Amino acid sequence: MSLNELMIMRHEWALVAVALVLLIAEIAMPVEKKKQINGLAAALAAVVVVLGFLPAQYGSLFGGMYVTDPLRILMKNILNIGVLLIILQSVSWLRQDLYHDRSSEFYLLTFASLIGVNYMISSGHFLMFYLGLELTTIPIAALASYEQFKSKSAEAGIKLILSSAFSSAILLFGISVLYAANGNLYFESFELSSSLINTLGFIFFFSGLAFKISIVPFHLWTADVYEGSPTNVTSYLSVISKGSAIFILVIVLFTLFNSIQLLWQDVLYATSILTMTIGNLFAIRQQNLKRFLAFSSIAQAGFIMLGVINASALGMATVIYFMLVYVFSNLAAFGVIQTVGHASGKITIDDYNGLYKTNPQLSLVMMLALFSLAGIPPLAGFFGKFFLFTAVAESGFYVLLTIAVLNTVISLYYYLLVVKAMFINTNATPIAAFKSDYAMRISLVICVVGILVTGFYSPVFEYIKNLCETF
Amino acid sequence: MSYVLLILALPLSVFVVNGLLSGNLPHRLAGWLATGSMGIATVLAWLTAYNYFFQSSSYEKIIPFRITWLRFTETLQIDMGILLDPISVMMLVVITTISLMVFLYSMGYMQGEKGFVRYFSFLSLFSFSMLGLVVATNLFQLYMFWELVGVSSYLLIGYCYDKPEAVAAAKKAFIVTRFADFGFLVGILLLSYYTGTFDFTEITNPENAAVAGMTGISFMGLSVLTWALILIFMGGAGKSAMFPLHIWLPDAMEGPTPVSALIHAATMVVAGVFLVARMFPVFSFHAPEALDAVAFIGAFTLLFAAIIACTQTDIKRILAFSTMSQIGYMMLALGVSGYGSEGLGFTASMFHLFTHAFFKALLFLGAGSIIHALHKNDIREMGNLRKHQPVTHIVFLIACLAIAGIPPFAGFFSKDEILSAAFASNPIYFGVAALAAALTAFYMFRLYFLVFWNNERTYEHTPHESPVIMLIPMIVLAIGSVFAGFIPFGNFVSSDNQPLHTHLNVTIAIISVMVALLGITVAWIFYKKESSLSEQLSNTFGALYHAAVQKFFIDELYLFITKKIIFNLISRPIAWFDKHIIDAFMDFTATVTNWVSKEIKGLQSGQLQHYAYIFLSGVLLIVLVMIFTNT
Repeated sequence: MSLNELMIMRHEWALVAVALVLLIAEIAMPVEKKKQINGLAAALAAVVVVLGFLPAQYGSLFGGMYVTDPLRILMKNILNIGVLLIILQSVSWLRQDLYHDRSSEFYLLTFASLIGVNYMISSGHFLMFYLGLELTTIPIAALASYEQFKSKSAEAGIKLILSSAFSSAILLFGISVLYAANGNLYFESFELSSSLINTLGFIFFFSGLAFKISIVPFHLWTADVYEGSPTNVTSYLSVISKGSAIFILVIVLFTLFNSIQLLWQDVLYATSILTMTIGNLFAIRQQNLKRFLAFSSIAQAGFIMLGVINASALGMATVIYFMLVYVFSNLAAFGVIQTVGHASGKITIDDYNGLYKTNPQLSLVMMLALFSLAGIPPLAGFFGKFFLFTAVAESGFYVLLTIAVLNTVISLYYYLLVVKAMFINTNATPIAAFKSDYAMRISLVICVVGILVTGFYSPVFEYIKNLCETF
Repeated sequence: MSYVLLILALPLSVFVVNGLLSGNLPHRLAGWLATGSMGIATVLAWLTAYNYFFQSSSYEKIIPFRITWLRFTETLQIDMGILLDPISVMMLVVITTISLMVFLYSMGYMQGEKGFVRYFSFLSLFSFSMLGLVVATNLFQLYMFWELVGVSSYLLIGYCYDKPEAVAAAKKAFIVTRFADFGFLVGILLLSYYTGTFDFTEITNPENAAVAGMTGISFMGLSVLTWALILIFMGGAGKSAMFPLHIWLPDAMEGPTPVSALIHAATMVVAGVFLVARMFPVFSFHAPEALDAVAFIGAFTLLFAAIIACTQTDIKRILAFSTMSQIGYMMLALGVSGYGSEGLGFTASMFHLFTHAFFKALLFLGAGSIIHALHKNDIREMGNLRKHQPVTHIVFLIACLAIAGIPPFAGFFSKDEILSAAFASNPIYFGVAALAAALTAFYMFRLYFLVFWNNERTYEHTPHESPVIMLIPMIVLAIGSVFAGFIPFGNFVSSDNQPLHTHLNVTIAIISVMVALLGITVAWIFYKKESSLSEQLSNTFGALYHAAVQKFFIDELYLFITKKIIFNLISRPIAWFDKHIIDAFMDFTATVTNWVSKEIKGLQSGQLQHYAYIFLSGVLLIVLVMIFTNT
């Protein structure tokens, strides 16, 4: 294997190397110095992000099992940035004495899962795709029960692993049906006719993937797992895991299943309406902020499907752009929840009453994040949603567009509930003023800059659109 | 000539600096910052005028700066730029000069006031907006600065925001002019819809086929173009306080007197005249009916305001009505003007705008000097001030002579041209203009004699002459009021940018001087000494006099229409509909959403087997639906 070929897979190589370095550090470092692993992991994650942006080769390896192109690199880079942000947000949490001897576990498993994500995005074969998918999920199931001493965390882990096993079975069944019909699992030479058996295979395959994206009715695990897992694992699930599934879904729908576009448009049409509406209706009633964000992220997944339905380069670009914005917005919100939870142990909306009086900066970050999620101009989230709606309007699905707009109104209501709690409601015992650590602040600043810049700086979208048009 | 940009940038940056640092800047520094910048801008404006008028032989339109701001179609785009032509250069000079004088004067007048820095910040904003308005390259830019001017006027009228009358006056000014601007906007949209451009150079090009084409489409008896121009003129009439949109101007006198001098006498209120002059080729070539409307409104306001001015007792309100009346002259002159060699009215209008800026600003600053000394506005409580304020007395007299049209003062020359233009067009207009000239002389000298002669009154404090910093601008403006009339204006400003040679029409000049002297004499007899003659006169006119004192009940009419008719018959039913139908529908949807959300709560049971069951049912349901719909 020549150096050029090695470079094609550099994202994965870098991550494997990082995982090995962390493993060696874990073994070699004396117990009292283990806390340094936190900083090491953050630095390594930053290195991975930088490596990902270096100019590189494109092509395929292993006879087409593995493919990269500029668009996939972009997807990987977006998710790498997300992981870096999550790791920065985890540092102070994992520096507690409680975790001092097993903090490397968290990083190892996160990087392992990220390796899966990268392979999944780059897969050129159903088997490769499936391996990537499993590699993404299983470490995260372990991480979900990272706080073993909490029953909720243990419950989250077991629920995630069981339901994901169930969904994998469905997905594998779909793949085998497709194989039975076509006798081929390579993406490149996959030719699909719209026969009944292909329909069957596609729907099973889609359901398995939709489970990862938490599309209704495959979403039920989401709230319980999000609530029980440690906050950083929840952000990983809601951003990285979900994002990777959305990316691969876009890729397979637009290439493999292009010939049965009318079929999957119908499926997405129905499920996206369900997803937006159910997600929103449940989000209204939540008090626990992690559950709240769980349902809101279900609703967001419904919005994202609007771009997928468009089935053109424009739709693809809007989906990727929205995900980019979503990474920054959602991680900003989760970062605030994490740092507040870490400092005070409080997690419900009522606890946040009067937060602005004691912690104005955090409240402003949270407000920006929620406004961006709700899609209020001039923040990036507005443009994200605006482009999605444009994509739907362009395909002529006006009923769907109307429902989506109505759903935006509902989502605005519950996002504003949190903002109202922080800024308007008063509280006799507000969360005391505290200072978050530097890593967390860096991460929040990056998020805020991302929310503002991706919105104001239009070449971002133009760049993504160009990549999609040449995909 | 790209330094023209600096003329706009200077006041804008003063606005930003003074506005942002208003709490931390020492008063003197902020004041001198504003005045100094305006001084530089004035020098640049005069330099621009010199280069434009004397360094080139032909007065072409020059665009030293332009950026495209928003592009809608290939031709329809909103630019931001600077357009130099004779009228905009002339306006640059007027605005910066008067601004500089007013800034200087304000340094003395506003000394020690709370909010001094805020005052200068708003004043700079106004100067910036007004300059941006006159150099606009297109209708939309003009409209934006037009609104900015309105905002700064609003802010300055309401400068004493703890005084309820000031707040009410500010709101009134803003709402009335906004209402007029609604017409303006519709006019702009109409025009740009048919011509596909906002650009002045294209719209005013006499050979523009799209503009000519608009005359072919008629609506309710008039062509669409005429309608568009009348609507645009509605905006101009609002800003320039033409009847019936004039009601805000007398109340606007609640603002500080220097503000009245700058905004409500010399510059902003002539924006309407400027607008018509800017669009003049369109009016003249394609829509003579719209020009007739301008002439009629101008003539009516001219007489109407002059009659009211004779009966008022508040010194600033007299000047306000006088302003309306003088702007009526300018509108009338535009309305009766032709194009090219027939364009005496156009030149006369711009000339009068120019001279009026000097003597009317001077009158207001003089009034400010008096108010500053006495702390009251009512002329019945003033008298014999020539003893106490000799300098103010002299400059005020100069201004009165100028506005009355006595040679060789500035107003005589410009008014003479207007009267000649009116005479050439329609004898009735000439009669109205001459009558108003007599009335002007009468009410100005009524004011003059009552304030500076008449009996000595008992004052709380002996009135003193104003400080030097207030006297200097007044003296400068007095010099302008004396000599501005000798400028051969037609050589510089004309409807087609070709030199127009104007001659003093001797017959007209004699008539106008005669009527002015008549007015002055009557005022002298009535008011030089305390006498009962004026009461006898007002008793003779009885009803007319009372109606004029009450400003012909126009304010009451507006109140009746808005409060009684619009509020009761239109607003209340709409409010009811909004509250009981629209709001109720919204509440209903919210309730339904909430109810559904509560009812489906059970779906999330927390039990994994239940989740798997729903998962599988979902998959099978989709499969079944797809199989049945797709086969």
